[in-house]
Amino acid sequence: MLHAKELACTRDQHELFSGLNFSIQQGQIIQIAGVNGAGKTSLLRLLAGLSLPASGEVLWQGESIQRFPQRYHQQLLYLGHLAGIKSELSALENLQFFKGLDSIETPEPDYFEILARVGLAGLEDEPCAHLSAGQQRRVALARLWVNQRLLWILDEPFTAIDKQGVAYLEKILLQHCERGGMVILTTHQSLQMPAQHYRVIELSASRGLM
Amino acid sequence: MRAVLNVIKRELLIAMRRKSDILNPLWFLLIVITLFPLALGPEPELLARVAPGVLWVAALLSSLLSLERLFRDDYLDGSLEQLLLSGHPLAALSLAKIVAHWLLTALPLLLLSPLFAVLLGLSMPIFKATFLTLLIGTPVLSLIGGVGVALTVGLRRGGVLLSLLVLPLFIPVLIFATSAIEAASFGLPYAGHLAIMGAIAMLTLCFAPFATASALRVSMS
Repeated sequence: MLHAKELACTRDQHELFSGLNFSIQQGQIIQIAGVNGAGKTSLLRLLAGLSLPASGEVLWQGESIQRFPQRYHQQLLYLGHLAGIKSELSALENLQFFKGLDSIETPEPDYFEILARVGLAGLEDEPCAHLSAGQQRRVALARLWVNQRLLWILDEPFTAIDKQGVAYLEKILLQHCERGGMVILTTHQSLQMPAQHYRVIELSASRGLM
Repeated sequence: MRAVLNVIKRELLIAMRRKSDILNPLWFLLIVITLFPLALGPEPELLARVAPGVLWVAALLSSLLSLERLFRDDYLDGSLEQLLLSGHPLAALSLAKIVAHWLLTALPLLLLSPLFAVLLGLSMPIFKATFLTLLIGTPVLSLIGGVGVALTVGLRRGGVLLSLLVLPLFIPVLIFATSAIEAASFGLPYAGHLAIMGAIAMLTLCFAPFATASALRVSMS
């Protein structure tokens, strides 16, 4: 479905990676691994279409994502380092806003049930500024249920999440794949995933180890 | 369309939660306007002569003061990325943000303008002309400002650059607005001036959202 062809990325005239080829099919999880500064986040931003590669291209269903960005983005959920959660608004209002951005109108999900699932029961109407870093992260992760998308691109989804949360999130990722979804994520944790779904792509840092 | 309304609704909701963002530019405006009679002396003829210009320059500055907020917060907390990836035309969403900005900065100014007119001792025909020029002119300020903010949002100290970029582009509106008010003060018709201002407003309405969207894409990558 998503295919990276001869991708190269440079930052400040410094080559992060080049000649990167891989593709992801339905029901797969790809973990991008690599040391700090190897270009993991840059790669995810390229795949999401937020920035342009120095060379090469990203194909979605055989078409370059630059040609029909809207069609691609309707299938994509990207959660970056910054989750786009407004601190003035409550968890509920944030989720309702993101639901309202969906292009295809689907029935409103049960927000209270979703927020309870990510462990925020009772905090639905609290402004997000009053929530802890981990709780804010959980609001962002609640979007996995609110916006039904095929491809999830998650940049360090486990940051600031506690142990039980990590285990639960792993289960969710697996469920998504078993239902035919796709996940590309970066994390420094090693995931407990069945091998038929799970692959690791190692970005080797060209600047060498410290 | 639903997404556009959704964005406007969110902007208004956030502004309601952070009232100081709406009130501070208005306080600034009020203080600037009350300082002028103190500095220039209270002669009614002198005030009536400079008042429309004062009102317009103050409106320009207060709109500039609040412009930076337009995309800065969204850039810093990642909402801008999410808008980019929402699968909607970015120009439409930018326009929604700009409309919200106008509703939050220019509309209160228009509502308060009778008060300012009293403070500056404007006569009724001059006030009417001032009000009309502000009504047609302030959307242009928000639209052009949007392009400037989108260009400078990724820079660490974009504030000064923003005013350097945007203020010269405000000049045509300012010129036609003040000449309309001057015509009104001589009792001459000023519909022509307003028509040209309307044309400028239409032109910026057509092009500014697209320029803003492209500038945002450049700033984000």
